[in-house]
Parts: sequence; C-alpha cells; structure tokens
Amino acid sequence: MRYEAPTSVSEAAKLLAKEKGLARILAGGTDLIVQMKSGMIEPDLVVDIKRIDALKRIKKEKGGFRVGAAVSGAEMEEHEELCALWPGVVEATNLIGSTQVQGRATMAGNLCNASPAADCVPALVAADAVARVVGPKKGRDVPVIKMTTGPGKTTLKRGEFVESIFLPSRKKRSGDAYLRFIPRTEMDIAVVGAGVSLTLDKNGKCSDARLSLGAVAAKVLLVERAAKILIGSNLDEETLEKFAAAASAAAKPIDDKRGTVDFRKKVSGVLARRAAIIAAERAMTTEKKGKK
Amino acid sequence: MSSNDRFESREFKVVGTRPLRPDGLDKVTGKAQFGADVTAPGMLHGAILRSPHAHAIIKKIDTKQAEKLEGVHAVVTRTDFAKDVDNTDVLDNCMAGEKALYDGHAVAAVAATSPSVARKAMKLIKVTYKVLPAVTDVDMAMGADAPILHDGMQTEGLEKKSRKPTNIAQRHEFGHGDVDAGFKQADLIVERSFTTEATHQGYIEPHACLANLGRDGRGELWCCTQGHYYVRELCADLLGLDESQLRVTASEIGGGFGGKTTVFIEPVALALARKSGRPVKIVMSRNEVFRASGPTSSSSIDVKIGVKNDGTITAAFADLRYQGGAYPGSPVEFGAMSAFACYNLENVKTIGWDVVANRPKQAAYRAPGAPMAAFAIESVVDEIAGKLRMDPIDLRLKNAAAAGTKASFGPVYSDIGLIRTLEAAKNHPHYSAPLGPNQGRGIACGFWFNFGGQTSVSLTVNADGTVGVAVGTPDIGGSRASISQMVAEELGIEYSQVRALIADTATLGFNDVTDGSRVTFATGLAAIEAARNAAKIMCERAAKTWGIPSDAVVWEDGHAKPVSSNAGDFEPLSLKDIAASAANTGGPIAGHYEINADGAGVSFSTHIADVEMDPETGRAEIKRYTVFQDAGKAIHPSYVEGQFQGGAVQGIGWALNEEYIYNKDGQLQNAGFLDYRIPVASDLPMIDAVILEVPNPGHPYGVRGVGETSIVPPLATVANAISAAAGVRMTSIPMSPPKVLEALDSVLIAEAAE
Repeated sequence: MRYEAPTSVSEAAKLLAKEKGLARILAGGTDLIVQMKSGMIEPDLVVDIKRIDALKRIKKEKGGFRVGAAVSGAEMEEHEELCALWPGVVEATNLIGSTQVQGRATMAGNLCNASPAADCVPALVAADAVARVVGPKKGRDVPVIKMTTGPGKTTLKRGEFVESIFLPSRKKRSGDAYLRFIPRTEMDIAVVGAGVSLTLDKNGKCSDARLSLGAVAAKVLLVERAAKILIGSNLDEETLEKFAAAASAAAKPIDDKRGTVDFRKKVSGVLARRAAIIAAERAMTTEKKGKK
Repeated sequence: MSSNDRFESREFKVVGTRPLRPDGLDKVTGKAQFGADVTAPGMLHGAILRSPHAHAIIKKIDTKQAEKLEGVHAVVTRTDFAKDVDNTDVLDNCMAGEKALYDGHAVAAVAATSPSVARKAMKLIKVTYKVLPAVTDVDMAMGADAPILHDGMQTEGLEKKSRKPTNIAQRHEFGHGDVDAGFKQADLIVERSFTTEATHQGYIEPHACLANLGRDGRGELWCCTQGHYYVRELCADLLGLDESQLRVTASEIGGGFGGKTTVFIEPVALALARKSGRPVKIVMSRNEVFRASGPTSSSSIDVKIGVKNDGTITAAFADLRYQGGAYPGSPVEFGAMSAFACYNLENVKTIGWDVVANRPKQAAYRAPGAPMAAFAIESVVDEIAGKLRMDPIDLRLKNAAAAGTKASFGPVYSDIGLIRTLEAAKNHPHYSAPLGPNQGRGIACGFWFNFGGQTSVSLTVNADGTVGVAVGTPDIGGSRASISQMVAEELGIEYSQVRALIADTATLGFNDVTDGSRVTFATGLAAIEAARNAAKIMCERAAKTWGIPSDAVVWEDGHAKPVSSNAGDFEPLSLKDIAASAANTGGPIAGHYEINADGAGVSFSTHIADVEMDPETGRAEIKRYTVFQDAGKAIHPSYVEGQFQGGAVQGIGWALNEEYIYNKDGQLQNAGFLDYRIPVASDLPMIDAVILEVPNPGHPYGVRGVGETSIVPPLATVANAISAAAGVRMTSIPMSPPKVLEALDSVLIAEAAE
C-alpha cells in the first residue's frame, strides 16, 4: 500500500487517475482506517487530502458557504456564521461518533462512505446542498441527493473525489433541523434519521419545505410528498400529523439488527414531525435576530 | 476454618477508609502492562482461523499452502494438542475437532513474523466443511426436531433415562414442601413466561497472551486472566505438560466479570510456540471476543406464584431453560438454586434445564445464572403486588428470607441482610420522590451465594519496616488496595507501607480463580491470618530481645508489648524496630496462610429505578437508580460502591439494549460495540449506592463478597419500572425500543377495541 499526501487538488486528482489498483481518499479517516484495520478493504493507494489548504477552509460564497472536504465537524461547530445559517447540518455532522471522532470526521467523508444511515447526509439533502466533484476531467457540481446510489456506492467516477460541499444562502425566516433515533444517547448509528429544512412567510405560514429520511432505504430519501403537506400551513397539529403519516408511508426500511420495519416506519413520522417543529422554531428565531 | 477466622467486633483504623488504589497511577499514565503489552525477542504473531458456519462437519483441513508462505513458522490444528485430556470440552472449544459447533469456532491457527503475514496465511488454509442445520434458540434446541449438536448426548438427572438424541445435557431440581398443595391454598395465582437474550461481559480489554514453550515441555505464559493457576491447569492438560513446568503470570486486567475464568487463545499460543520454537503472541480482535469467547446464557423461564390475599406466598414454582452454547455447563443450576432465595417459602420447586445450542461456550458472567431468574421471579412478584394493591416492598417484607429461613436451595440462613436492604429502600427519599409524566418506578431484590475457595497468601516484613503481600488472585476490582488495608490494620502500620502484588504460579501456593466475589473475603482472610502469623513471629523476636517468654508478648497498635507489667517493663518495639534487627534475632520475618475458605456469607440487594418512556419511540431513559446492598463490612467503601454501581450498570445494559443477534443460519450479526450496545456514560444517571453492613460470621472483619449481587436485581428492577411507565408487563429482555413500542401499540389497540 502506498500513502500519498499531495498539497494541491490537481496533484491529488492526478494520483487517483494514475492508480490502477484500489485507491481511497483519506480525510478524517474515521471510516477508512476502521475499514482497513478490520480487513474490509485493502487499498493499494491512500491519498491524504488534509495537506491541501483549499480543502481545509470554510468559504463564504453567494450568501452561502463552501465547506472544504477536509474540514472536520468540530471546525464547523466553531464557525458561528455557518452555525447560524445551517444549524441542522452542523448538528448532524457533530452527531457522528464521539468528541474525538468529531475532531477528525468530515461531511464529505460521511457522504462518500455512502452509508444509508450517515448522519449528515439527510441534513445535507434537506438543505439542498451540492457537492463539487473534481477529477481527471472538468469539475462538476452534483446535488448531494444524487451522490449515492446504495450502501457503499457513489456516483463518483474513477479518479474523481469530492472537493467541497456547498450550502446555499437562505431566505429570511428559514430554519433546519436533523434528528436521529438511536437506542443510546451517543456513540451510536442512526436507526432512523430525519432532516427538515423550511422557510416561513411573514405570517408564519410555511412557504418552502424539504424533508429527507435516513436509514430507512438503501439510500437517503428526499420525501417531497410529505414536504408539500407543510407548504401553505401554519404547522398546526393536524398538518403535522398528516406530515408524519406521509413520512412514515415514504419510508422503505428493512428488518435488521438495528430495528424492525414497523418501528422504523413509525419513528420516521415521529422524527419528521419533531424536526419540523424545531426547524420552524429556528425560522422564527432568525426573524427575531433580523429585527434587532 | 480455625476459630480465629470468625468475626470479632472491633474498632478499625485503616479498614473503612478510602485510600488511593496502588495500581491507579500506572493505569492512568499507561505504564500498566496489560495482556497485549508483553513482547519477547523473536516473537511471532498468532492468528486463529474460525468457522464461518454455525454447525458443520470439518471434512478436511489443508494447511500446505499456508505453511509454504514466507514468514509463516507454524500452522496448528487439533492434531497438535494432547489426545487424552481431562477437559475435553475446553479443548474442543479452543480448537474444533470433528465439527465446528458455532460461528467463530477455531479450526486452525498460524504463527507468522507479522500480523499481516498471519492474515494472508489464514486465507491459504483450505477447510472443507459439510454444513449442517443450526439452532441458537433455547426452546428450539429442546424441540423434538432440533439439529443435534452432540451424537450420543443423554440428559443427566432424569428419573427415566432416554436414548432419544437430545440437546438437553442435564435436568436439575431444587425445593421443598408440596407446591401443588400450596397452590390450592392460594387466593391469587400469577403465571408468566419470560425470555432473556445472551449478553457479553463487555470487558474493554480483549483476550491477549504471549506464550513460550520448548520441545522439552518447559514453558512460560503471560496472559490476561482472572485465574492463572486454572490457566496453568487447563493448558498443561490440553498440551500434555506437567504443571510444574508451565509458569503462568497474570497481566494487569482490563475487566473480566467472569469472562476471563477459562482459556480460549492460551493453549493455541502454546501449541504454536511449541511447533515454531519461538514466542507467540495472540491478541483477539473485538469481533473474535464476541464470536468466540464466553458470553452468558440466553434463557426461557416459566414462573408460577400463588399468594393469599394478605400477600403470604403459599407456593412458588419456576421452570428454567438456559442454553450455554455448544457444550454442557450453562449456569441454569445456579439460576434454579437462586431463583427464590430471597423468600421464606413453605412450598417451592424449581427445575433447571441445561441445553446446548450452536453458540460459543458460555463463560461465567457476574452472578452467573441469577439475573435471568431474578428477572422472571421479581416480575411476577411485582405483578402480584399490583394485583393485591400492596406496596411491592411490603409484599417482599412479608415473605422475606431472614436468619433461620430454610433457603429454597437447601441450607438454613444465618445472619443475612435482605430485610435491612428492603427497609433501607423503603425509608430512602428515592422511594417516595414524585414521578414525572411518562415515568415509572420499579424495585426488585437479588441474591448471590458468594464463594470462598482455595487461597494462599505470603507476606514478608522488609528490613526497612515495609511489608510486601503476595497474593494469587488477579485484581479485578481494587483488591490490592483492600488487601493492603487489611494487612495494615492487622499490623498497625500505614496503608502506604504495604504493597500487595499478584505472584505467578511458580512462586506462591495454589489459588482458585478470582471469581464468586471471593477475593476480599478469602484472600483478605488469608492476608489477615498471614499478618497475624508474622506478628506472632515479631512477638517472639521481641521476647528474645527482652529475654522473656514469647507468650508474655502481645502485638498491639503496630508494636510488640509485654502482655502486662508482670511480664517486665520494656519499651514497646515497633514493626520497624523489629524488622531492622531481624538479621540478629533469627533471620527474615515472614507470614503465610493457606486455607480452603468456606465461610463466604451470602449477600442480598434491593434496587430502585425510575424510568422515563418516550411513548412515541419506546425508548426508555433511566432517570434515577439506587442500590441497597449488604457488604458485611466495606473494607474500601469506594470500591464497594464501585461494585454496586458497576453491577447495576451492566444489568441496566442487559435490560435495555445488549443482546446477541443471530441470523437464521446461526451467524452472529452484531459482533462489535457499535451494534452490541453497552450503556455509555451519558445514558445513565449517577448510580446511588447505599452500603449496609451485616457482618459475615465467617470472616474476621465480617466481609461478604460484593462483586456479583449487584447485577442480579437490575433486569427485574428496570422491567418493573418500564412496565409501570408503559402500562404493560414486559416479559422479554432486552427491552429495546422496537419491542417496547410494539408493546405500547398493543395496549393502544386493546384500549381502542374496548
């Protein structure tokens, strides 16, 4: 196995393109190293991208933020403006693993590991985030929802890697939230995850909403049918019940060691409703802040 | 036991204080040497090839390709072990013979110059299996059409022998009186069936060892174990060695809880070392620990209890079925013995069935067999209290065992502390604190036998006045501290002047394993007596110095003194004085003591838990938890509290989320700490520990074992709390959220139907 630590994106892309065997990107390494140690994979080339300065930055862009692929969850948490704009995304990223893991783990890594239970991905999908993919050819922008196709499978082509993730600007009175169900309080993996991003109008009516569900299908789901139920409502109890039912109906889970089909479907609705309430509270709070 | 060993009331100076543990600094600085920390020049790395099948005939093992790989020094299979051994099941569990009996069963092993070469070599070993149907569930394993693990197994303990193929190894029965007559007298009878899933001890340190064994049959073994003398006995048997030629040294130990009382990798490392002529180290991965060490039994239990309207139990019956993995020896006997140990009963009967199934051979886990039985019995007692509208503590007090009670497993109790724990619980602020919405409170009692066993201690008085104590029981719970305290107390010196260490098998007499909550009791007793023997010698030295008869000198407050002014007027001599002049008064001063201690006092505990349910997800959160337990005498109260808390936490994990999950082919689905969910710190409140002290008549200071009883009540305590919060009786453990939510939904459906 070779280990390379290039200092530029183009150099990294070249190394990946040249490799004939199995190549893997090392960012935080919180999945890769574990997989290597357990013998799940034996890469021929490991490309460490933490020496590439451009990938270690959180940059303001068009009112949103571009988060480099080597930025850790802990670094995101220290970025006040990012936390103010996309609190749900930052929280989701910092549910991954332990405090120690959060000092290493990255959103891009969590995305490219392509686990259906990845914590930050539903939040990114709800946020309509876009991954910038670089490689042998010209870079391309791919919506996060289109990055994965199933457990462990991404749409990255040979030699490509994610350079950054873009979180867009937000309208006034917008908020997001991510909740996951785990039997414990931390150090666990989502049995169900739900991300909600929404915008309220001046009267507190929902004008825009997105719902995503994790760990209830082979990949993270964007549930437009449920989100539409919120739009135009005041998020009253009846609407939220319908919204929860639609979320439960959209979940397509399996029975496994982490939960049953019935449990996951039911809890999908519970978490979707709870996340919507938090997102709406946050949307109201941003308005109050704006008035000051 | 000599009359000296009996309890005598006294004032303590060192015992009962909370000094720092002597091994603490090494552990927090990383200096402590655990199993995997030992290395040797020329050392090879061993790795074990394990069956992917839960049940299969091993038709052929071809090791040729692996042996040819550069860097491979030895490959061993079953043929590399002794043929006629006493411990056939242990051998077969360490290295499969004709059949692989569970997913993870060892079939071959390699020793190579690096772990990666060893891994490559394992891929080159070709094993031809004939896969057979597997069974992992205890009730299914008892079924008429179950796959049979061992041809020729016959159920022991049956009145009529059966020749039918079976997975039932043994039937046990305990009790007295006439339960049928007792049930006829009952005003209310509650019958329920319960199941519990297997759990793992979850020690943080995986099994690890380093072995060196020459072709001359002389060897050394360093390993992480609760009992190195037993490791020596087993390894000598499995390898065909003389015990005197194998020296075993116990490393520091990162948790055991009963799971390190036998061998798994040690004989394999020795076989590889013998074949390769080099030292061989084996360290289990976590995956291997889950698949191929010794988790506890899963169980299925029926309980029937009859009571009068005033709460008096008229009859109690339980049928307990435990699978103990692929070989006989599940702790169902202890389950059947302990099930009703908390109650004073006229008519009681328990039947236990020891069953084999395609799972790893179970090992001891903290009060083996008792927590499952207590879960079933204490759940039914709780339900009876609800039906009689009686306070659950009052119902238990009405039927509680006390001094003079004939225990359901035979003996008559001497002084015991059950009623004290119940009264302390009833009077504790926790029991009367208000509950919030979606909260429920549960209580339950638990019992454990405790053990004494063979013990040998050697003590030396050094020339500078300090004292060394060599014990043969690995320290898994702070015993070096408590033993040093007892020696300091007895000799009248400072705690800091005593150092206890764990001697190897060649340098100290035989010691039973650190198990049965026996060390503070039995090793402590032997250390006290060894100190008394050393004090006696010091009195003789003082007598010699003063020129008076040795029976005219006593040991008091760390000094030899004339027994009275009649004996002479001499300045008392301190331990330090006597030690300094030892060379001139007769040579080195030492004390030793050997005993098969039989006075271990039984112990009882009562627990209270408050649980809050999330009614939409079925998730239970422990809000408050208090343990009340009889310690006899708490030598180091912090470590006693630690034992209470640790047992409670392991029991809470067992109750809520821990479980072995198998697929239909018998393959373990959650062999790692991600999906085998032990509680993390943030899952739990501070566990309050209330120490009660009812002295054990069989120990000079009144000590009772405390390590195990604390895991007995939590399964039932948490189940009773969840049942109260959820409004539905929970009968299956773990009470994981999907199971609880299903139970909650069944209540809603039933209510809607009404």
